[in-house]
Amino acid sequence: MRKNNLFIYGLILVLGIAAPFLFPAYKLQISFMWILVVLALTWDVQGGQMGYNSFGNILFFGIGMYICAGVQIGLFFPLAEWTASGGEKTFIHTPSQYFQGLFVGLILSGVVPAIVAALIGYGILGLRGQYFAICTLGLGIAAGEIASGIELIGAGQGMTAPPWPKGIGGTELRSQFFYYLCFVLMVVTFIFLKWAYQTRFGLVLNAIRDNEDKAEAMGIHTMRYKIIGWVVSAFFLGIAGGLMGSMIGYIEPVEIAFAGATYGVFMVLMAILGGKGTLWGPVIGAMAFHILKEGFWTFFLGWQYVALGALIVIIVVFFPEGIMGSLREKYPERFGEVVDEADRKAQVELK
Amino acid sequence: MDKILEVDKVYKYFGGVKANENISLTVEEGSIVGLIGPNGSGKTTLFNSIVGTHPIDRGSINFDGKEVSALPVPVVAKLGLLRTFQQTRIYGKLNCVQNMLISSKPEKDNIFTVFAKIPEELTAKAGNLLNFVGLYQKRKLRAGDLSFGQQKLLELAMALMNEPKMLLLDEPTAGINPTLINGIIDRLIRVNKEFSITLLVIEHNMRVIMNLAQKIFCLAHGKLLAEGTPEQIKNDKRVIDAYLGAQ
Repeated sequence: MRKNNLFIYGLILVLGIAAPFLFPAYKLQISFMWILVVLALTWDVQGGQMGYNSFGNILFFGIGMYICAGVQIGLFFPLAEWTASGGEKTFIHTPSQYFQGLFVGLILSGVVPAIVAALIGYGILGLRGQYFAICTLGLGIAAGEIASGIELIGAGQGMTAPPWPKGIGGTELRSQFFYYLCFVLMVVTFIFLKWAYQTRFGLVLNAIRDNEDKAEAMGIHTMRYKIIGWVVSAFFLGIAGGLMGSMIGYIEPVEIAFAGATYGVFMVLMAILGGKGTLWGPVIGAMAFHILKEGFWTFFLGWQYVALGALIVIIVVFFPEGIMGSLREKYPERFGEVVDEADRKAQVELK
Repeated sequence: MDKILEVDKVYKYFGGVKANENISLTVEEGSIVGLIGPNGSGKTTLFNSIVGTHPIDRGSINFDGKEVSALPVPVVAKLGLLRTFQQTRIYGKLNCVQNMLISSKPEKDNIFTVFAKIPEELTAKAGNLLNFVGLYQKRKLRAGDLSFGQQKLLELAMALMNEPKMLLLDEPTAGINPTLINGIIDRLIRVNKEFSITLLVIEHNMRVIMNLAQKIFCLAHGKLLAEGTPEQIKNDKRVIDAYLGAQ
């Protein structure tokens, strides 16, 4: 069983590393897919493991996007002039400026959303169930509207992220570079969550989902765990946003950064499709969703949103527990749910 | 014997509903005390007041030498005063062992121990306690798939995992088949003797409470009606009237 797992992880790593060479035409698509996996994994921390359905996580994605590009520009050039005049034509990043800026920008694009999550979480994680969901629904929309009004980051017109520096290789190198960044982010997020779910953190999140009152009655400071859960999720989601902004090269408040109607909904759908509250569910869900979605856009152009809607209905009606959840219902013994027939005459001690 | 819990002149009103009025009771350390009364007499409200689910209007509650009436639930739980619920509350999607692990009291509990590893020896301890309540064989099943009676036993085991000083049990035998009830009485007595945990038990089943408790308090209409040994309570005319209606 363990050997089997190692084999699967190894295979995924090798495939992930080799993918840009195996499918060069789909490099960008696969990069987006890894980002979507991160989106689904981080949403699942609240929605799946903790049972707090958040529709506002897109907030952290957008903040990360603006922070990364803003820092990358602001470290070397005046940000206001850049956004006012299409600065990518006047100010040119040298390669070392570009990469230094990106490095600092990506770190801050994780840290700042994490701090925002802690502050907002302290205020609203006391709400439960649908009240929390509605409250978070407002977050993403409000953020989009506010960002549309800030001149420094280009207001409603949006801003360009620094273009790939000249003289070190063309778009081929650029897409490979971002591919591997996305892949590494996905792997790190997955490994971190896999580890975290095995610690007390994971157990407490599940306990909050199943019965928060009981968890409190047993002496667990649920608020602390809820906030840290949101912070973790905002951190990785912010970095994903920063990467996405740099990769697309253009940041617009409502359609790209705080895109509640697309990515904000997709992250929920992907986690539910795969099976929320499981480690692998969001990964499988995101990959399946991305492939289906691209298929709809290619083959049903004009009807793609109808097809997507039909998919949502099918998921909710037939697989409310998602792919992993349905498998678990069907083969519980494969997931370790067995009655141990061997009796045991253990000494009962309290210590 | 020392008094572990002292409830002194506690009042709790919900608007015009007088759920608890001038309730005073004491529980001695290491004893088993019963709390009875007709439906709606304020027993569960008193439990909620003691563990801090809601604030009380007047009076004081002293646990183990400390005033707890203004403390929130997790803090009271950490002092070693735990309760179980009338409707079982377990973590349905986790298996029994996980239910147990999460119930143990961590040695250190602060922001840096959020990602602490679960100690290995806890699993063995969980196994022992599950064995004690007779659920060892089902330890890998989801707690939500257990029967109601088994969930009650699991909840008892979870409370023991936390190593409390005192347990408040809200109808431990309600909804459990008569054969299993004897097992529960037997286990509660062992919990009290072997683990030296003080018990305060709400119970409607008179046979159970008369066999279990050394002292019984009876509530009616939010007021303390009578107190005494099981013998005294059994023969108290006011108690019989409260339960069956006065003639």
